[in-house]
Amino acid sequence: MASLGELERAVMDLLWAGQEAATANTLRDMLALSTAAHGGAAGHVGKDLAVTTVLTVLSRLEKKGLVERERGTRPHRYQAVSSREDHTAELMHEVLGSAPDREAVLARFIGSVTESEAETLRKLLGHS
Amino acid sequence: MFWTSYFLAVLAIVLAWPVPILLSRAQWPARDPFTAMLLWQAIGLAGGLSMIGAMLVYGLEPVGDNLIAGLRALAGMVLQNAPTTALGFWHLFALSAAALLTAHLVFTLLLTYFKIGRQRRRHRELLALLASPSADGTGTMVINHDSPVAYCLPGGARSVTVLSDGLLAALEPAELRAVLIHENAHLNQRHHLLLWAFAAWRQALPWLPTTRLAQEAVNSLIEMLADDVALKSESKATLIKAIAIVASGSAVPQAAPVMGPAGLSDSGLQFPEGAGGAGPAGTTASRVSRLLSPRPPLPGTLRAAVLAVCILLLAMPTALLIVPGLLG
Repeated sequence: MASLGELERAVMDLLWAGQEAATANTLRDMLALSTAAHGGAAGHVGKDLAVTTVLTVLSRLEKKGLVERERGTRPHRYQAVSSREDHTAELMHEVLGSAPDREAVLARFIGSVTESEAETLRKLLGHS
Repeated sequence: MFWTSYFLAVLAIVLAWPVPILLSRAQWPARDPFTAMLLWQAIGLAGGLSMIGAMLVYGLEPVGDNLIAGLRALAGMVLQNAPTTALGFWHLFALSAAALLTAHLVFTLLLTYFKIGRQRRRHRELLALLASPSADGTGTMVINHDSPVAYCLPGGARSVTVLSDGLLAALEPAELRAVLIHENAHLNQRHHLLLWAFAAWRQALPWLPTTRLAQEAVNSLIEMLADDVALKSESKATLIKAIAIVASGSAVPQAAPVMGPAGLSDSGLQFPEGAGGAGPAGTTASRVSRLLSPRPPLPGTLRAAVLAVCILLLAMPTALLIVPGLLG
């Protein structure tokens, strides 16, 4: 049985790749299918997966604000809140932002660089 | 007692304003970032201690000959309803200010701790879904993004170094190693604790020049310390090139000339005005100019002198506050 973290990742990958909202049942079938397609090596993510496990994973993702469900239908259908690209952009914004209180969260190899600094460094590299 | 509070107040003012300005303009920290880091910590701690101590000693002056006797008398007033008539308005004001400042500093420190922890946790959650573990490195993740980015996210056993696709494409293997060693040095030397303490210090007293200057200096000094670790295993030219490529934010074209260390140091490039300072904007420039034209490390005697000043800075307010009570 795969860990919840691996399952979360697999479910998000499916939701990001798919165009429309999916039910837990559909997601379970897709996970089983991708396991069959990849064979043993790539992952046993979907093997013997219960729908309740998928629902657990989905509610964890919902708590993290990554997934939302349409409540109008039965069974509920789930979809990603925003695209993979948007989430990457959000992360990079956090990394590249220069607010003082953010600087303590992570340590960047290169902090904010002024335009004149960048210019000097480009010259240093031999192409201005 | 009275003179003690005056002396502590003068020390607090000196440490809050002229000393940090002089230190932030000094050139020697680049020659010995470790010692400079200790000095900044001593200035911060001694500054806080003398600020609170001055108010406490002034406020307790009428009820005790020394701090310990004064605190005992104050405890009697608070806990056993002893008469408070000995204390005038300004004494009570100073005591309240001391209590409020202490609470404010401790509270901000804790608040910043939880805020940083929450942001890191959220960041790690997203990384687990978006980034993939790198092929070779343990604890290294690769995120799909075009600009060259490298950073580390501290978190005890779950610390992680993150590289972008753009970075992997732009750097040669040796340059990449330099970047990874640099980031690991941040994690190994627990630089995030320094960043946390000085970020909290600034958050608590943003109007005090020392807090801004100290945070900017510390940000700069930890980069120099990490650079020095990277220099132990990678060449200077490699590190400079890695810094320049990441900072200029663009991938190097194939035709870029390969430069040796000699070519770099003879290039005669001038950095813009103020680049030698420790400001956030000048950090990268001062790192590179420090690598291009290295100056000898601080002589042993000077180093010892700075360390003695650090010890004195911490010992002086502590002794003034506690020793009279022990002697009396």
